[in-house]
Amino acid sequence: MSAEVDAHPPATRQDDAHHEARGEAQSDTLAQRSWSRDGASTSPAVEVVGAGVDYGGGPVLVDFSLAVAAGEWVALLGPNGAGKSTALGVLSGLVRHDGDLRLLGDDPRPWKPRRWATTVALVPQRPIIPPGLTVTDYVLLGRTAHIPTFGVESAADLAAVDHAFTRLDLHTFARRPVLALSGGELQRVVLARALVQEARILLLDEPTSALDIGHGQHVLELIDDLRRERGLTIVAAMHDLTLASQYADRVVLLDHGRAIGAGTPVEVLTAARVAHHYDASVRVVPDGSGGIVVVPMRPRGDPAAPGHHDDPPA
Amino acid sequence: MSAPDRPGLHATRLSPVVLGAAVLALLTMALVSVLVGAADLSPGPVLAELADGLPGVTIDSGLDARASAILWQLRLPRIVLGAIVGASLSVAGAAYQGVFRNPLADPYLLGAAAGAGLAATLVITLDPSVLPTAVTVPLAAFVGSLAGVALAVLVGRTAGGGGTAGLVLAGVAIASFLTAIQTFVQQRNADTLAEVYTWILGRLTTAGWSEVVQVLVPAAGSIAVIWLHRRTLDVLSVGEDEAATLGVDARGARIAVVVAASLATAAAVAVSGLIGFVGIVVPHVIRLTVGASYRIVLPLSVVVGAAFMIGADLLARTIVSPAELPIGVVTAFIGAPFFAILLRRNRQGVTM
Repeated sequence: MSAEVDAHPPATRQDDAHHEARGEAQSDTLAQRSWSRDGASTSPAVEVVGAGVDYGGGPVLVDFSLAVAAGEWVALLGPNGAGKSTALGVLSGLVRHDGDLRLLGDDPRPWKPRRWATTVALVPQRPIIPPGLTVTDYVLLGRTAHIPTFGVESAADLAAVDHAFTRLDLHTFARRPVLALSGGELQRVVLARALVQEARILLLDEPTSALDIGHGQHVLELIDDLRRERGLTIVAAMHDLTLASQYADRVVLLDHGRAIGAGTPVEVLTAARVAHHYDASVRVVPDGSGGIVVVPMRPRGDPAAPGHHDDPPA
Repeated sequence: MSAPDRPGLHATRLSPVVLGAAVLALLTMALVSVLVGAADLSPGPVLAELADGLPGVTIDSGLDARASAILWQLRLPRIVLGAIVGASLSVAGAAYQGVFRNPLADPYLLGAAAGAGLAATLVITLDPSVLPTAVTVPLAAFVGSLAGVALAVLVGRTAGGGGTAGLVLAGVAIASFLTAIQTFVQQRNADTLAEVYTWILGRLTTAGWSEVVQVLVPAAGSIAVIWLHRRTLDVLSVGEDEAATLGVDARGARIAVVVAASLATAAAVAVSGLIGFVGIVVPHVIRLTVGASYRIVLPLSVVVGAAFMIGADLLARTIVSPAELPIGVVTAFIGAPFFAILLRRNRQGVTM
C-alpha cells in the first residue's frame, strides 16, 4: 500500500504544495540539498545542514545533511555503526553536534525540553523499561510535556492515552505491568507513548528489529496509517532494506558516518551499493509494482566466506 | 475485552485502604511505644491525658505529675522525633534511588550520611561546648552531606562513565574515606570521643521538643520538594535520555531532588546520628509489596518509615533495659533479615 518507490513520489497527503518540491528525482547527488533549494518556499519539517558529531573517539557523523517534508517518510539505512542512531540523536536533541538543525522551520537550540517533546517524539531502539509501572502509567509518561512540572495528569491527558489505546488496540493491557509484555506488545506501547506526545515529527530507531516478520509488518502499517491520519513526518533508522523500500518515500544510505546516497529506494538500493557498503551478497529484485525486494544470497564460489560477493564494489 | 477497562483508565494511585492500613499501623506503633518503657504507663490514663492535650478538651486523666512528665517530656518527643527521622531517611532513600536509577542508592551508600557525620564531628570536636541543638551542627551536617553526594557523583562519573554501578562504587569509596577522616578526628580528640561515638551509632535518647522543632522544618520542607517531583521521578525511571525526549529537564530535577534528599538526610543525621538501613529497606519493601510508582512509594515511605523507626526505637530502649541499644543496630538487625526474606520471595529481585 505504501510502496511509493517510483521516481516521482506523490506529495505529502496533507500539503500538496510539497508536490512541486518533490517532483524531481535525485540519484547520486545528495537529494536533500537540491530538494531544500527547490522547496525553499515551504520550509521542510526537518532540515539538517552539515551536521557533524564526534563523541571524542573520532567522527561518527560527518557533514550530514537531510531535508524531510512534512508528512514524508525517510528511512536512514546503513550497516551497523554507520551513524543512523547518531543522526536520530541529532534530530531529537540528544546529541551535541556541529552544523545547523531546523525543526518545523525553527532553530531548536534555545528550546526547553517541553518544546522539544511536543515537536519531536522518539521511539528508541531499546527503551528502558521501568519495572513496576503499568502500561497506562508508562504511556502517560508521554504526556509529560503537556502536564505542569509539579502537577499530575488531567482528564485531557487520560483521554489522549485512551485514544492511543484504542488506535493501537491496547486497552486489554492497560493495567498490566510493562515488564510482562511480549516484544510486539511492547513496541506498540512505546509507540503509544510517542504518539501521546502529540509531536509532528516521529523518529523511530529500528522499529522492527525486535519483531518477527508479521509483527514487524503490523507495526510499520500502523505507523504508516498514523502518518496519514495525523500528517506525521517520519524519520526511521531501518535495517531491513526491503521493508524500508516498501514504506519509505526516500532513503538515505549512511556508511562510516557519511551519507553516501539519497533518493528513492529504487535509486539508492542497487545490488552493487548494498554489496559494497554492507559487505553483503544480495540480489535486488523488482517486486512487480515498481518497488524492490532485497534478498540476501549465500555467496557463490566459496560458501565458507560470508563476506564474499560477486558484485564488485561500485 | 477493552470495553470494561475504559471507564477505569487511570494512572496508578495509592489506594486509600493501603494508606489507611499504614497509618493505623503507625498509630498503633506509636501508642505501644508511649505505653512501654522503664516506667510502665497504663493505657487508660495515657489516652485520657493525650485527649486532654487536644485543644478544647479537658479530661482529668488521673496521671500523677511524674507520669505526666514522662509522657510529655520524654516519650512523646522521642516518638515524634523518631517518626520524623524515619520518614526523612526513607523518603531521602527513595529519592536517591529514583534520581540515580539505582536500587542501592541510599543516604549511607552515597556518602551523604558520612559527609554529614564528618562535618558534625568536626563541629563538635572544634567546640566541645556546642550543643547538638545549636544550628551549627545541622548546618554543617547539611553542607557535609551535599559535599559527600557531590563527591560520589563526581568520582562515579569520571570513573564509571555515569553508570549506576560506578556511582555506588564511588559512593562506597567516598563514604569509607570520609568515615576514616572522622575516625581520625575522633581519636585525636579523646575528650569528645564518647559523645561523638554515641552519636555515630545513632540515638534518639537526648530527644526533647527542641530537637523535634529543629528537625521538623527541614524535614517537612525537603519531603514536600521531593513529593512535588513524584511524577518527574517516575519519568526519570526510563533514564535521563528518554526522560529528556519526553520533556523533562532531567538535570534540573536531579539537582532539586538531590539537594532536598541531602537536606532531609542532614536534618535526620544532625539530631539522631547515623541510623542506617532505613533508607534502603523501607522504599524497597513498598516497591515489592505495593507498587513502584513514586505516587505510592513517597507517601508510604513517610508513614512506613516513621512506623519502622518508632518500632526500632522501642526495641532499642526495651531489649536490654534499663540500658539502651544503639538504634542503628536495631534497624539493621530487624531490617536486613526481613529484607532478605522479601527478596527471596520476590522473583523480580531488587527493582525500581
